[in-house]
Amino acid sequence: MSFNPIVALGSVAAAALIVMGATSAFDRFSSAGSFVASPELVTLAPGSFDHPQPGEFLGKGHPVAAPRILTTISAPLKIMKYQVSAAEYGRCVTAGRCKAADTLDSDNFPVTGVSHIDAEAYSAWLSAQTGATWRLPTDAEWAYAAGERFRGDIEGGTDDPNNPALRWLAQYRTEAALGRKSDPEPRVKEAFGVNSKGLADVAGNVWEWTSTCYVHATIAADGISTLSSIDNCGVHVVEGFHRTYMSNFIRDGKSGGCAVGTPPDNLGFRLVRERLNVVRAALRRLGFA
Amino acid sequence: MLTRREALLGSVLTAAAVATIGAMPAAASAKEVAGLPRERITLVAPPFVHAHDQVAKDGPKVVEFTMTIEEKPVVIDADGTQLNAMTYNGSIPGPLMVVHEGDYLELTLINPDTNTLAHNIDFHAATGALGGGALTLVNPGEQATLRFKATRTGTFVYHCAPGGPMIPWHVVSGMSGAVMVLPRDGLRDDKGRPIRYDRIYYIGENDFYVPRDEQGKFKKYETAGDNYDDTVKVMRGLIPTHVVFNGKAGSLTGENAMKAKVGETVLIVHSQANRDTRPHLIGGHGDYVWEQGKFANPPAKDLETWFIRGGSAGSALYTFLQPGVYAYVNHNLIEAVELGATAHFMVDGTWNDDLMTQVEAPRAIATQ
Ligand SMILES: [Cu+2]
Repeated sequence: MSFNPIVALGSVAAAALIVMGATSAFDRFSSAGSFVASPELVTLAPGSFDHPQPGEFLGKGHPVAAPRILTTISAPLKIMKYQVSAAEYGRCVTAGRCKAADTLDSDNFPVTGVSHIDAEAYSAWLSAQTGATWRLPTDAEWAYAAGERFRGDIEGGTDDPNNPALRWLAQYRTEAALGRKSDPEPRVKEAFGVNSKGLADVAGNVWEWTSTCYVHATIAADGISTLSSIDNCGVHVVEGFHRTYMSNFIRDGKSGGCAVGTPPDNLGFRLVRERLNVVRAALRRLGFA
Repeated sequence: MLTRREALLGSVLTAAAVATIGAMPAAASAKEVAGLPRERITLVAPPFVHAHDQVAKDGPKVVEFTMTIEEKPVVIDADGTQLNAMTYNGSIPGPLMVVHEGDYLELTLINPDTNTLAHNIDFHAATGALGGGALTLVNPGEQATLRFKATRTGTFVYHCAPGGPMIPWHVVSGMSGAVMVLPRDGLRDDKGRPIRYDRIYYIGENDFYVPRDEQGKFKKYETAGDNYDDTVKVMRGLIPTHVVFNGKAGSLTGENAMKAKVGETVLIVHSQANRDTRPHLIGGHGDYVWEQGKFANPPAKDLETWFIRGGSAGSALYTFLQPGVYAYVNHNLIEAVELGATAHFMVDGTWNDDLMTQVEAPRAIATQ
């Protein structure tokens, strides 16, 4: 199942050499250093599901519950079985392409103490190393892969245009009632088990960055269609035990996190892989974006 | 941080929010408010204050203000040290807004899409919704309008409070200012007699926490987000690298020293959104001082130094009696001299020999 860059190169290198000239190609090749083993992937079949949208929603000028929209994953989704490990991330740090994380460099533990910016840097580096396109999942992709472990926002479920406080109080009660205790120590791989989709450690004590921007949207009277929306891509959706929203530069979920009793214990990530056509893959492997 | 549960910052704040519900004063209907006269005010940058009546001429009104948030690098000392500032209306501190008790303060807060962060405003003068913070969170590219009734008189801080660790970081990046709610019939002394001021200055004090490099030099960052990790480390030490008035060491000295004349009465509003301070006018006094800033309490008289609690704004009224240059300082003198918290008043007028005279100029010590 795993992607083997050596095999991939074997079939595509020739095309690239024609483009670049052999000498420089080999220079780039050797300077790239050792190959990076491709992470273990889970492939999810396409499908549709009801997805509560991330962000803040207004209806008639007042906060309302997020619309639930039938969302379709139309192509097979290849996503990492495990969260990116501290050792995997550490190789990007060694290569000078990632900022050191605030965690120990252990292969059996997920990397934590990483920001959205760090996750993007790792994706770019891994893509260059493997010749594939690696990226953060969208919020919808993450939710699809999380399956039964997806929770989404903790909603108050109360909308009274005449008393906004009812909503704040209800949300507070709901979150307090979940009673989740802080659990800051990252656990060894698979300590939180495998979900029905075959992904390990979903909604454990490491929250995961997604590529979906925070949004403020105004929805129509039908409660579904969006009349207007403003993205804030300085803040991204973070998924885990619950959904939250974080500025891109935050690395510490405990202090950077959601406000009530259950901030994200840690921030980490896993990536999805897109397959490129062979020539592009070879160019990427050789250092061309 | 930015969560749907933005309003809920912890049990203490929540308890406070809960406590405000239920204690509802006689509420005017939206229709009644809509019928009130409106006044649109253009704000001016501190230390100056927009024109206003000390005694209200008419009944309550809706006073409209607009502030545009600007994220921009600013220089905070003579060495060129740069702060990735976040500002209300482009200034540190944000402008002073003046209304009267019973007026409605209506603020439109604009966060242009040239900014990168979400911001809001928590008015200590307002009641409910975390001072309005829960109703004003604006992303870059958004604006929001909040109206609150000015039910308590005094000087009050406002500041940005976008949730969790963003709160102190935004505040020490410059996002604070003050509101003054005057009694409709103006200020009163300790005996209840009316008092007036000829001039008003608004001094916002800020503590900044600029990270240093290995050589001990202040670091410069491309964007606010880049400095976050390093700045939080300095903030947690609780020792500011700069304590300044009006956003920059020396910004109220020299050409920009505040002006007054002998015989003029000056009201000095002093806010500190984050940290305690102790203003002192060197060579002068506080004739009437509302240390906590709230005009329903009689002012203290003849103070030498007064105490402004972090998270509050106080006011001091003084009639200048002698000409000269006065230093107005945070009387932790290390903070005043080494960290920047010094301002100057230039006061013109005639010297009063009775109050002070130099009986003999310095000369060699007389031998017996
Ligand atoms: Cu702010």
